[in-house]
Amino acid sequence: MASNKIILKTEGLTKHYGGVHALEDANFELRDGEHIAVVGDNGAGKSTFVRQITGVEQRTRGKVWFDGEEVNFNGPIEAREAGIETVFQNLALADDLDVPSNLFLGREKILVNLGPFSILDRRGMLEATEAGLKRTAVKIPNLSSTIRHMSGGQRQCVAIARSATFASKLIIMDEPTAALGVQETAQVENIIRSLKAQGVPLILVSHNLRQVFDLVDRIVVFRRGRIAANLNASEVDGNDVVAYITGVKGAEDESMAVA
Amino acid sequence: MAEATTKTSIATQMPPKAQKRHRPAELNALVGLVGIALVFEILGWIFQGQSFLVNTQRLSIMVLQVSVIGIIAVGVTQVIITGGIDLSSGSVVGATAMIAMSFAQVSTYPRAVFIEQGWVDLPVIVPIIVGLACGLLAGLINGLLIAYTKIPPFIATLGMMVTARGIAKWYTKGQPVSFPTEDFAAIGQGMMPVVIFLVIAVLFYLILKYTVYGKHTYAIGSNQDAARMSGINVERHLVLVYSIAGVLAGLAGMVVAARGLTAQSGMGLMYELDAIAMAVIGGVSLSGGRGSIIGTAIGMLIFGVIISGFTFLRLDAYYQEMIKGAIIVTAVVVDVWRQKRRALEA
Ligand SMILES: Nc1ncnc2c1ncn2[C@@H]1O[C@H](COP(=O)(O)OP(=O)(O)OP(=O)(O)O)[C@@H](O)[C@H]1O
Ligand SMILES: [Mg+2]
Repeated sequence: MASNKIILKTEGLTKHYGGVHALEDANFELRDGEHIAVVGDNGAGKSTFVRQITGVEQRTRGKVWFDGEEVNFNGPIEAREAGIETVFQNLALADDLDVPSNLFLGREKILVNLGPFSILDRRGMLEATEAGLKRTAVKIPNLSSTIRHMSGGQRQCVAIARSATFASKLIIMDEPTAALGVQETAQVENIIRSLKAQGVPLILVSHNLRQVFDLVDRIVVFRRGRIAANLNASEVDGNDVVAYITGVKGAEDESMAVA
Repeated sequence: MAEATTKTSIATQMPPKAQKRHRPAELNALVGLVGIALVFEILGWIFQGQSFLVNTQRLSIMVLQVSVIGIIAVGVTQVIITGGIDLSSGSVVGATAMIAMSFAQVSTYPRAVFIEQGWVDLPVIVPIIVGLACGLLAGLINGLLIAYTKIPPFIATLGMMVTARGIAKWYTKGQPVSFPTEDFAAIGQGMMPVVIFLVIAVLFYLILKYTVYGKHTYAIGSNQDAARMSGINVERHLVLVYSIAGVLAGLAGMVVAARGLTAQSGMGLMYELDAIAMAVIGGVSLSGGRGSIIGTAIGMLIFGVIISGFTFLRLDAYYQEMIKGAIIVTAVVVDVWRQKRRALEA
């Protein structure tokens, strides 16, 4: 169902924090329209992997290709401009702003261009927000109240809606449902499904195996900074994945686990 | 993946979380303003046998007294919304008053500085540009220090506070500078200070509400990391905000000098604290991200009512200062409470 075009590819991606080998020699591939889960124990290197791709940190070595070109992002903004939207593990929202302002933070729609004093297109941003939220099936009662008073789930939905609204080529979500209740998790999962339906590729970092099997095509298991397995979700079950996460499987020779 | 579209119904079933509507801080300040004014009104009838509020002359003097500091408070409000503070504005008023006035002096009187042959009256635009440039320079230095050396705003602007006061004294070795041209004096005569304040306040109310500058000002104060992650050039924006605060302090300096027809190096003493207090009383949170020019204007009027009310009741000026101090502390305590309550809710 997915086209064969490779959207994201890493080769030998490595990150050391001093003596900590947080990420070691990661070879990863994601094709157009594909949804991939990244799983692994705490400290396995999942977030580190995300930070190297999105330019939040500079990698120790390795190469990254995105959308057919080798890339070297200097920061998350460059990655975003290239078409990678990321929902980071620690949310990057401004509590005192309303939903449209958060969605368009740093890329406001403007009516009249006056440099820093450009006049905002408030109506345009509100309408685009409504449209974006509708598309992602997120329900938020009052768009013009500050997000400070929203529940964790609603805030998370704003962050996810932000990435979904602007997503051009790839979305990365680092544990988007980690702190959410049942209903809110369901809502986030629905957004992910609608992205799948739209053909937007996704990398989902998650500890929730039920969710992973529900949502994605492939599962990439991280263990101690290395990619321990690259599995087709329809060909394995939870026991297999747990075995790779804990090292029962693939432990003898971690370096040759990835095909 | 065929069931993708059918499951969206769950999302719409999510109960809308009860949105607790919070009373805006501006409204609290307004209630305070009305309350304080009514207290003086009642005391007026009891002790003076006349109305406090129904007296146009008293009211116009009242706004006139606070509007100069109000101009500063508009700049300080923006600084506080970014999560910073500006302690230098009072001293910048002093330095600007001295320097601008020296370019506004009439040529027929002995000049404080630039005693040269053939000096003529300079057109009013010259001292104005010089004054605004002085304010801009002070604000620019504040902004650059805070944005790029990461010195806390408190320290950076404290340094500017001492330095600018030093410049004000050094400029004429402590001598006052007097006798401005009529054109320059006009800036401070009559209700001009109030008019200038209103223009500045309305302008920045609109800017904060309707422009990208305003949006980014609130975003930086709300969550600086989020602002940076979203692509806002936080450093450049802070430089702009402190520069604007400096320019407004410079403007206030010229208004004070023009109003008094003389500039003294001690002018503007403690204005920075009054300006900060006006903002905080008006609901501008010291932790950043919240507040508005409307709130600050209400805070300014609260100050005005108190000063004018004490004069009206013929109470000693010492009491004014004590009460002012108590109000400032109260406003900050309320702000801290509000933050705590928010932290608990989050
Ligand atoms: N800035 C840093 N400096 C030093 N060590 C770090 C840094 N960031 C991460 N690490 C280490 O790198 C390893 C991988 O961390 P990472 O955050 O990628 O784990 P993770 O798989 O995302 O875990 P979790 O599931 O808990 O989010 C951990 O051992 C962590 O302590
Ligand atoms: Mg992580």
